[in-house]
Amino acid sequence: MNGGPRGVDVDADRTLLSVLRDDLNLTGAKFGCGEGQCAACTVLVNGVATKSCLTKVGAVEGKRIVTIEGLAPEGKLHPVQQAFLDADAMQCGYCIPGMILGAVALLGRNPNPNDAEIVIGMNGHICRCGTYPRVMRAIRALAGNGGRA
Amino acid sequence: MKRRDFFALLGGGIVVLLDDEIYAQETGGPRRGGDAPAVPLEIGAWLHIGETGVVTVYTGKVEVGQNARTSLTQAVVEELHVPPESVEMVMGDTDLTPFDMGTFGSMTTPRMWPQIRRAAAAAREMLLDLAVRKWSVERTTLTIADGRVSAGDRSASFGELAHGEKWTRTIPASVPLAAAADWKVAGKSLPKVNGRAIVTGAHKYSWDLKRPGMLHAKVLYPPQFGAKLISLDASAAEAMPGVKVVHEGDFVAVAAPEVEKAATAVAALKAQWKPVTAAADYRTVFQYFKQTAQDGAAKAKNLTPYTIAYIAHVPLEPRAALAEWEGGKLTVWTGTQRPFGVRSELVQRFGIPEERVRVIVPDTGSGYGGKHNGDAALEAARIAKALGKPVKRNWTREEEMTWAYFRPGGLIEVAGKTAPDGTITEWEFHNYNSGASGLHSPYHIPGKKEQFHWSESPLRQGSYRGLAATANHFVRESYMDELAENVKLDPLAFRLKNAKDQRLCDVIVAAAEKFGWKARQKTAGRGFGIAAGFEKGGYVATCAEVAVDPKTGAVKVLRAVVAFECGAVVNPEHLRNQVEGAIVMGLGGALFEEIQFGEGKIFNNRLAKYRVPRFADVPVIESVLLDRKDLVSAGAGETPIVGIAPAIGNAIFDAIGTRIRRLPLMA
Repeated sequence: MNGGPRGVDVDADRTLLSVLRDDLNLTGAKFGCGEGQCAACTVLVNGVATKSCLTKVGAVEGKRIVTIEGLAPEGKLHPVQQAFLDADAMQCGYCIPGMILGAVALLGRNPNPNDAEIVIGMNGHICRCGTYPRVMRAIRALAGNGGRA
Repeated sequence: MKRRDFFALLGGGIVVLLDDEIYAQETGGPRRGGDAPAVPLEIGAWLHIGETGVVTVYTGKVEVGQNARTSLTQAVVEELHVPPESVEMVMGDTDLTPFDMGTFGSMTTPRMWPQIRRAAAAAREMLLDLAVRKWSVERTTLTIADGRVSAGDRSASFGELAHGEKWTRTIPASVPLAAAADWKVAGKSLPKVNGRAIVTGAHKYSWDLKRPGMLHAKVLYPPQFGAKLISLDASAAEAMPGVKVVHEGDFVAVAAPEVEKAATAVAALKAQWKPVTAAADYRTVFQYFKQTAQDGAAKAKNLTPYTIAYIAHVPLEPRAALAEWEGGKLTVWTGTQRPFGVRSELVQRFGIPEERVRVIVPDTGSGYGGKHNGDAALEAARIAKALGKPVKRNWTREEEMTWAYFRPGGLIEVAGKTAPDGTITEWEFHNYNSGASGLHSPYHIPGKKEQFHWSESPLRQGSYRGLAATANHFVRESYMDELAENVKLDPLAFRLKNAKDQRLCDVIVAAAEKFGWKARQKTAGRGFGIAAGFEKGGYVATCAEVAVDPKTGAVKVLRAVVAFECGAVVNPEHLRNQVEGAIVMGLGGALFEEIQFGEGKIFNNRLAKYRVPRFADVPVIESVLLDRKDLVSAGAGETPIVGIAPAIGNAIFDAIGTRIRRLPLMA
C-alpha cells in the first residue's frame, strides 16, 4: 500500500473503496457512482487502473496498491500531477485523483499515446465539469515521456 | 460572529467591514430568529490583516469548481499588493462569514468580487496610514508591494505594521475602483489557488469528512414519490449488531459504523407503502404542462411546439452531510450553494435559534445549481439528534438522481413572421414550466409577445446552470433558423439583420469569423449551425459543425466555436475553462440527457442508464474571449452553456434537412 505493507482486519467482502476511505483514511479515491461508470474511485493495483468501488478488498490482498496519496513522495508531485496543474485541468476537482491515476496507468502501458488512444484510454472517466480538453492537453504534454518526465 | 469578537478570534491587526446596504435591501438580508443580529445585516464581506501578515477574507460565497476562491483571491492581490500565498479565503461558514444569499445566478463576479476589492483597497490605505503615523513620513513617499510598505530605506511587512493594532474600519460599497485597463493582477491567469490540494487528493470534500464516533446513515425512501408509509417491520435491521434504527412518522433511517452495514440494514427493513397514482410520465408531461398552466394556455393558433426534457445535474460528488450536536449546538458540514439557506432549513426543522446552527461548506464537488437545499443536512442532523452521535449521510448516485431535484422540463410554443427582406415583424413565444430566464429575444422585434406560464411539475424541480435560458435559447435560435429558411437567408445574415444590440453583433461576428462560417464547405452528412444570445450580463455566440451518420442518424459534434463577452475578463484561463466546461456539459443536455420517469419513479437514475458526456463525445472547442475592459465584469459560469444546443440543432438541420424540435435532440 503506497510503498509499504499495510494490514487491515476487515470483512473481505467490503469494497476496496470503502476500506481505503473509511478504515485507512485515504479519501483521495472518490465515490461517484458505485457501479464502475465514472472511475472517480480509480486506484492502481499492480500498476493497473482499477475501479475500487467494484473491487472486493479481499481480492487485493498481497497486491501493490497505489492511491493518489502515494503517487509521489510527500511534498513532491508526480509528473502527471504537475501536468494537470499546468493545463489547469480541473474545476471542482472531484474526478481528478481518479483521472490522474488513470492517466498514469495509460502512460505506463503506452508511453506515447496519440489523441485517439488517449480518448479510448480515458473514456471510462467522467468529469461533469467538462475539463476533458484540458486533461487531453495534460496527457499530450507527457506523451513521449512515459509519464516519467 | 459579534463585532467585538473579531479580535478575540483573529488576534490583533486591522479589520475592514464592507457595508453593502444596497445588497442587503435587494436580498432582504438574513432571516433572523428574533435574537439581536450577530453582525450588522448589511455587511457584505470582511477582511482581516493579522499580526503575522496573513490576510484573511471572509465571504459567504462557496467554491463549487467555478474558481471563485481564485478570482476572489485575485481581487485581494490586485488591491493589496500581497502575494497570493498570503491570502486565506474563508468561504461559506455561517459562523464566520457574513450572510450571503447563495452562490448562484452568476453573481459572485459582478457583486462579491468588487466588494472584496473595495475591502482590500481600504486595508491598503489603512496600512499606509499606519506607516505615516509610525514613521512620520509624507504619504506620497510610501510604496506598497509584495506584502510590504516602504519609504526610502524604511520597510515593514504588513504584519509588522498591523502588530499591536485593533483597528476596525467600515467602508461603504460605493467606493470607486480602479478601471480594468489599469489592473495588474486581475485580468491575468492566476492558477487555481488550491490546485495542489486537488491533484494530491489532500482536499477534503464533504464526502470525505469524519468525526470521532461517527455513524454512517441510510434513509428508507418510498418506492414512489409521495407514497405514505403504512407499516414498518424493522426487527431484522434492529437485530444486526451495531445497527440503530430511527423511526419518526414517515421518516425511517438506519445508522451503523460501516457504510456497507448501514446499506444491508436499510435493505432489511420491511415497509408497506400506500401506492400513488402519478400525474404524468416523461412522454405525457408536455401536454400536462399545458393542461395545468395556471394562467391558461396560449390562444394563438399555428404555434410550433418544442419540448424540453427534465435532466439531472449529476454533480460527481453526490450530496453529503456530516452532522454533530454538541451542547445543544448543531454543526453541519455539507456541500451546498446556499449555506445560509441550509442554516434556515435546519433552524426551522429543529426550532432552535440561528446562533445554535453552524453550516460549514467545504469546497464542493460541483453543483451546477443542483445543490441549493439541505436535504442531506436535514437527514444527517435528524438522525444525529435521535442517536446522540455524529452522523454522516452520503447520498448514493441513485439517491442523488432520484431525491434531489431536476432541471425543469418544458413545453415551448413559438410563432413568427418575417418581411420579404428578412426583418422579423411578428414574434410570439410561450414557455410552459421550464422557466423565464432568457425568455426575451435579444433581437430587435417591435411588438413581440413573450410569456412564461407556471404549470404543475410531476417531478421536484429547481435551479440548473443557466436555468431556463438553455431551453429558451434552444427554441428561439432554432426557430430563428426556421424563419431564415422561409426567406432563404443565410442564418448568419438573418441574425445580423435583426440584431441591433452591438454587443450581440460583436459576438456573432467573432464566432462566425473564428469558425470560418462564410468559407464553410457543405458535404454529405455534414452540417453547420450558429446560435447566439444574451444572459446574466454576458453575450454568447456559438457555431457547431456536426456529422450525421446516414444509417443510424447518430450525431457527432466535430467542432464548436464560442465567442463570449462578459465585460472585463478577470481570469482568462479560468474563463476559458468555464466556457469549455459549459460546452461539454451543454452537449449532454443537447444530445442525449433525459430523465425518464413514470408511475412516480425515475427509470434511469444511474450512470449506466443516464448518459453524460465523456471524452469520446467532446468536439474540438475553440473559445474567443472579447475582453471589454470598459465594461463591468459579469459572471461567466452559466451563459456559455446556452448556445450549444441550438447550434447543434441547426447544424443537424443543415446536414440532413430535418428540424428536431426537442431536447435532447437524439432521444
